[in-house]
Amino acid sequence: MRLSANPTTDTVLKLATVSVAMFAFVFVVMVPLYNVLCDALGINGKTSAQAYTAVDAAVDTGRSITVQFIATNNDGMPWEFRPQVTAMAVHPGAANDTVFFAANPTTQDMVAQAIPSVSPSRAAEYFHKTECFCFNQQPLGGESNTLMPLQFIVDQDLPKDIKTITLSYTLFDVTARVSDQIAAR
Amino acid sequence: MVGGNVMRSALMALMALPAAAFGDNQVNMSPGVTTIGAEIYDLHMLIMIICVVIGIGVFGVMFYSIIYHRKSRGVVPSQFHESTKVEVAWTVVPFLILIGMAVPATSTLLEVYDNDDAELDILITGHQWKWKYEYLDESGENVSFFSNLATPQEAIYNTDQKGEHYLLEVDEPLVLPVDTKVRFLITANDVIHSWWVPEIAVKRDAIPGFINETWTKITEEGIYRGQCTELCGAYHGFMPVVVHAVSREEFNAWMGAKRADEAAQVAAAAMDLSLDELMSKGEAVYNAQCLACHGAQGEGGVGNAIAGSAIALGDISTHLDVGIKGVAGTAMQAFGRQLNDVDMAAVITYQRNAFGNNTGDVIQPSDVASHKQG
Amino acid sequence: MGDHHHGPATGIGRWLFTTNHKDIGTMYLWFSFAMFILGGTFAMIIRAELFQPGMQLVEPGFFNQMTTLHGLVMVFGAIMPSFVGLANWLIPMMIGAPDMALPRMNNWSFWILPPGFLMLASTLFMEGGAPAFGWTFYAPLSTTYAAPSVTFFIFAIHILGVSSIMGSINIIATVMNMRAPGMTYMKMPLFVWTWLITAFLLVAVMPVLAGAVTMMLMDIHFGTSFFSAAGGGDPVLFQHIFWFFGHPEVYIIILPAFGVVSQIIPAFSRKPLFGYASMVYATASIAFLSFIVWAHHMYTVGMPVAGELFFMYATMLIAVPTGVKVFNWITTMWRGALSFETPMLFCIGFLILFTIGGFTGLMLSIAPADFQYHDTYFVVAHFHYVMVAGAVFSMTAAVYYWLPKWSGRMYNETMGKVHFWISFVGFNITFFPQHFVGLAGMPRRIPDYALQFADFNMMSSIGAFIYGASQILFLYNVLATIIAGEKVTDEKVWDGAEGLEWTIPTPAPYHTFEVPPKLDAAHA
Repeated sequence: MRLSANPTTDTVLKLATVSVAMFAFVFVVMVPLYNVLCDALGINGKTSAQAYTAVDAAVDTGRSITVQFIATNNDGMPWEFRPQVTAMAVHPGAANDTVFFAANPTTQDMVAQAIPSVSPSRAAEYFHKTECFCFNQQPLGGESNTLMPLQFIVDQDLPKDIKTITLSYTLFDVTARVSDQIAAR
Repeated sequence: MVGGNVMRSALMALMALPAAAFGDNQVNMSPGVTTIGAEIYDLHMLIMIICVVIGIGVFGVMFYSIIYHRKSRGVVPSQFHESTKVEVAWTVVPFLILIGMAVPATSTLLEVYDNDDAELDILITGHQWKWKYEYLDESGENVSFFSNLATPQEAIYNTDQKGEHYLLEVDEPLVLPVDTKVRFLITANDVIHSWWVPEIAVKRDAIPGFINETWTKITEEGIYRGQCTELCGAYHGFMPVVVHAVSREEFNAWMGAKRADEAAQVAAAAMDLSLDELMSKGEAVYNAQCLACHGAQGEGGVGNAIAGSAIALGDISTHLDVGIKGVAGTAMQAFGRQLNDVDMAAVITYQRNAFGNNTGDVIQPSDVASHKQG
Repeated sequence: MGDHHHGPATGIGRWLFTTNHKDIGTMYLWFSFAMFILGGTFAMIIRAELFQPGMQLVEPGFFNQMTTLHGLVMVFGAIMPSFVGLANWLIPMMIGAPDMALPRMNNWSFWILPPGFLMLASTLFMEGGAPAFGWTFYAPLSTTYAAPSVTFFIFAIHILGVSSIMGSINIIATVMNMRAPGMTYMKMPLFVWTWLITAFLLVAVMPVLAGAVTMMLMDIHFGTSFFSAAGGGDPVLFQHIFWFFGHPEVYIIILPAFGVVSQIIPAFSRKPLFGYASMVYATASIAFLSFIVWAHHMYTVGMPVAGELFFMYATMLIAVPTGVKVFNWITTMWRGALSFETPMLFCIGFLILFTIGGFTGLMLSIAPADFQYHDTYFVVAHFHYVMVAGAVFSMTAAVYYWLPKWSGRMYNETMGKVHFWISFVGFNITFFPQHFVGLAGMPRRIPDYALQFADFNMMSSIGAFIYGASQILFLYNVLATIIAGEKVTDEKVWDGAEGLEWTIPTPAPYHTFEVPPKLDAAHA
């Protein structure tokens, strides 16, 4: 399709369009594509940010998977943060639950965000969380502590060669981010 | 046959390359002390030898031209300028060679990714600018510690001799048992780092908020040294990795001693120390943790001066806050999670009394503990 | 195009307002040489600090600023603009066009570069110092943990990107629309082909770089979390976006160099380029493949094994068209009548050393082996072999080859040969030992190193000083030539040279091919 009668102008307009399109491609395609592919293929270890709705299914009692829990704090995050149990043996299809202990040792109210990461990364799409403290920001008053719940099901379709799933939570201090957002309203 | 002997000698010379050196200088990768490292080494040598052979062929033809196809020899230049047959040949043959390389490469890569059935899990966290190691235990009572560069600043800044393991020595190495599959879970506290030990052929990026997984099985006892391999800020070159591979018995003994140590530290935190004890311990902590940014005389540098500073001379509680919580938006980290109460008390006491500060303040581990509780 | 013609304007106004492709080409070339010296100075500081173990000259933070600026200035200030300068001078003449398609945009493309680099260099004097996160600026080191100057770095990158995009649009428009009648695509000189393909790569990927730095800007200043895990983002996303630009970028750097070598080797072999069509297809294949290999820069990031395998196979595949090109150049020389003037010497140097760089590239493509090479000096050695002994040698050859046509004066051949030999020896002393220290365990981007790496580092630093010094000789030769070199008036300065630029007077008149040339059978 000609954008101009003048061939040079036509070339220039088409190329300029390509440039703008490639710039837009980064924001509009690359970012969502990265997230969608990672979500769909479960390949960067990110689990879904939404609660999973459990379906009725048989529990595979013949198979046992070790689920290991790790809790770490990001730079500058002063909370105590640890899993109540460090590992559980679970059957694919069964509902499991556990809690993570968190304590805010400072005198200030703070807000945290837990970010999950699963290894091996391809296990992420088979690790379904029906309830997770990582779905929401977690406010905690100064000098308080809490137990944060996690409920999950390991899908029966988990590849046969995976025997251990490691779920790592990194706790970030988002107090400043939250107060900025409130201030902006 | 002469050609055969030459080939054999050449191959033997090449096989000797890991040990080869110009003088004392290593010129090649080492097969290391793991089977995967040896496989990687073999793959490296295979590709390199194929490249050398192709190079000899290609440069041979070129040098032949340079010598014999010169205008100064009076040659008349040919004018041939295309041949589909030849183009197809030198497209297909390299393609086949590449397939030959891809097969062993694929199988080795699949082995690198086989993290199953490990007997020991270690959580490795990259910090600016040190590594943290945690031995994951089912009971949750993990042995954990930071591993800091032990080379003194005087050696780095050339006022003192450099030791044999200059820049590759740490205060607390990672101790691992040999002949045991060890799984590494790797993440980072701040920016991206990367954990590498050449002789065990493990390198994996440490990414904040994400967990990476890899494994090793060391076959030989020894000490293996590596470094951070992802630019992570000013002191990227100063956060080495040291692994002590020891027998299973030695490892178990070490773990036992470490647990006892940690229990003792908890007990120590309840006791009071003398000013001298605090100053001497404080100086050691200062030199390991603070000196790089705050200067050997507390004169500052990347970090603020401590000598004569308002914080060091002022309110103790404010000083503790800075040390424990760090200062957001600056390079001053929160050391509250890195130093136990004894070390924290010691280094704050030291800062308040050294460099001419002379406040006479004495901070005990119990003061640090109550400060943390608010 | 006007009817009346006059010579060039006079004074500074000539240079500020020129729309003449020769003037603009000259400005690009001088600017890029100045950037080469600036980037080279940063390199000298780096190698001076690495001369011995211990910190002697600079602080670690400043060292990182030097490594970052060395990379940025060399890639965006020296190499890329130098080849744009060549494109400006040569493409119109090679296709029989009177000038570029968009002469005024051409002027803007050049003139935004000096302010862009001034902004980048000025970050050295800002609070917190210049960017110190490497020319690859991975997040979050370049976002959450960056010095305030990062914002100016981002603006500078935007400016340089706009310059490149405008220049590329100009080149494509010129080549597609202004070839002399009878010059079909498959009759164009290979230099024009390689630039045409490079220009398409630039138009496609420079906006991706712009996107990446804009996302950085948003994360830093506008509270987004593209690259921050805390907000649901991912630092590795940055790497994917950056290298989606970054890998085509390295082909953007080398393809014009391939074009230059494809012009010069046939000239000094007195024989046509072997396999012209094959060379065009190989260049196009390299360009297509360059879009699907980016993650070989990220083998240790924790990609799933299927991803690693895909990128490994695709990367290995690029060796095929690249090899085809090397074989074609050598076959061009075969049974030619070779002479070894300076341009040819630099091209032969290119052939040997670029091929070595290609071999180490093949080694690096093997993902499991790369776990031992990644982020070590082995990689540094590889990319300097392909970028310095590849692109820079080719650029140098181009200057020696075409300078007589541009200026009407011959350079001093003995001095040229001396420059070549000192460069060749100095370059190899600098970078060959870096393979060794990389394999022996020395990481990249460190200001100080363990004692076992000392000897080769000292050797490398000495080589760097030698190579750096020889560029002063080059500058002297170029200046002496332009000012007082022996005059040349033959249209065909080199007896084996072919192409339309060798049919016009020497020195090239200010306006050429205002009437399109009649192509004769020789240009088939």
